[in-house]
Amino acid sequence: MIRIPCPFCGTRDHSEFAHGGDGSVTYPNLDAPMQDWHDAVFQRENICGVQVETWQHVNGCRMWILVERDTMTHEIHSVRPAHAGMAKALGAAS
Amino acid sequence: MTRFSAWNVFWQGISGQEGWTRQWRDPEPKPHYDVVVVGGGLHGLATAYYLAKNHGVRNVAVLEKGWIGGGNAGRNTTIVRSNYTQPGNREFYEDSLKLWEELSHDLNYNVMFSQRSHITLLHSPGAVDAASRNYNTMRLTGNSDAEIWSLGQLKEAVPHLNYGADARFPIMGAAVHKRAGTARHDAVVWGYARAADQLGVDIIQNCEVTGILREGGKVTGLETSRGKISAGKLGLAVAGNTSRLWNMAGMSHLPIESHKLQAFVSEPLKPLLDQVVVFGMGGAHFYISQSDKGGMVFGGDLDWYKSYAQKGNLPIVQDVAEAAMSVLPCLGRVRLLRHWSGVVDMSMDGTHFISKTPLDNLYLNAGWNYGGFKATPAAGTYFADLIANDRPHQVIANHDLRRFERGIQLDERGAGPDPKLHG
Repeated sequence: MIRIPCPFCGTRDHSEFAHGGDGSVTYPNLDAPMQDWHDAVFQRENICGVQVETWQHVNGCRMWILVERDTMTHEIHSVRPAHAGMAKALGAAS
Repeated sequence: MTRFSAWNVFWQGISGQEGWTRQWRDPEPKPHYDVVVVGGGLHGLATAYYLAKNHGVRNVAVLEKGWIGGGNAGRNTTIVRSNYTQPGNREFYEDSLKLWEELSHDLNYNVMFSQRSHITLLHSPGAVDAASRNYNTMRLTGNSDAEIWSLGQLKEAVPHLNYGADARFPIMGAAVHKRAGTARHDAVVWGYARAADQLGVDIIQNCEVTGILREGGKVTGLETSRGKISAGKLGLAVAGNTSRLWNMAGMSHLPIESHKLQAFVSEPLKPLLDQVVVFGMGGAHFYISQSDKGGMVFGGDLDWYKSYAQKGNLPIVQDVAEAAMSVLPCLGRVRLLRHWSGVVDMSMDGTHFISKTPLDNLYLNAGWNYGGFKATPAAGTYFADLIANDRPHQVIANHDLRRFERGIQLDERGAGPDPKLHG
């Protein structure tokens, strides 16, 4: 079991969370060239080592978070809210 | 090398079993090969075999960082089937099944291919409709091996499933694919290795690739833990670690994520289950068969997060055990013998890649999701054909890395571009 320190709820088992995907992906503008959209939707760096991922605390606060995790050892290096503004409004640690 | 035959088994039996010879050589790597295949798993070995057999390319090496068959070839649940519905996939997997049917003879090695039926349980009218649609598609496109069974037929064939009134998921019927079955995974590895070696292929174990050599846009060879090897052409068949080799070739980004999939085997039992039974309902997923040694071999979903670690997590063990109990409650007191995990390439649409690459002389076989084992003979055949002729066969025309740019997704589940959902 991986233990994830949720910035809103505290540390919980990973089975409370849903893994989103590669957190480094940013979607381009709607009118961006097709190749930019292709790369954002289909292409992944698939890092063996530390990568940023999105997770959602579905069985908790339901917030999306950005987790810096090692994909070989599963060690978690940092966790922060995916939407900083939301975190600030709720007074959570960021 | 001694050929296997009834006469030879008899002769060796009465002459002390001393006439058998080594199954394949253990050669030192040569400085140059016409083709080097990286990955001594099923696909790598099959590719080398078909390069030699079908295309006469015999100056071939297969490089393996550990021992052959030690990765996903030895970690799967050995199911072979061809019940696919997407154009390209259905032809490819039907070709594969036909090759499986002749494989033991072709390799002169008993791969213990057992066509015992693949039975998908259906638990709702919607599931029956969806399965009917898929199996009708199969029948209309040339694969007549597709039946929908009523509950009565199913009870007769598999009497000990959970048909109880209190079943959490009452069974309504089943989709049945009769020529499907299982094979002995290690025997397939050894059979391909032995047959490839006999045709002159060098199988080099304990040889880890540490770098890929390029001259501009062309691949010229490899750095390995056993020295530099120059290669006319280079094929990668390293599922799970595809992105790492891709990086070594100086590239980044593929439509692949590495995830881990667990499998389980119980203590050996007397004959209990004569088919492959598959259960899929909402979030649950479970498939089970009985090996020739008697162990119940089964598996379920991915671990649900990206990982390169060859170790499984415990929540999935619990999920799979729950699914086992809901389908076959008679397994409740059976002890688990082993469970393990393999790193699989999950692709963006659930379909594999047998593809040319942006680099000359570099070819890629990757992205097999849950299904690399059954694909072995066809994957080897078409990957060898691609490497030998430098153009894709029409069957794999859309199995290339650039299909998404053309608006094509071969998405059997309709799950969308999220690798972990293509189970």
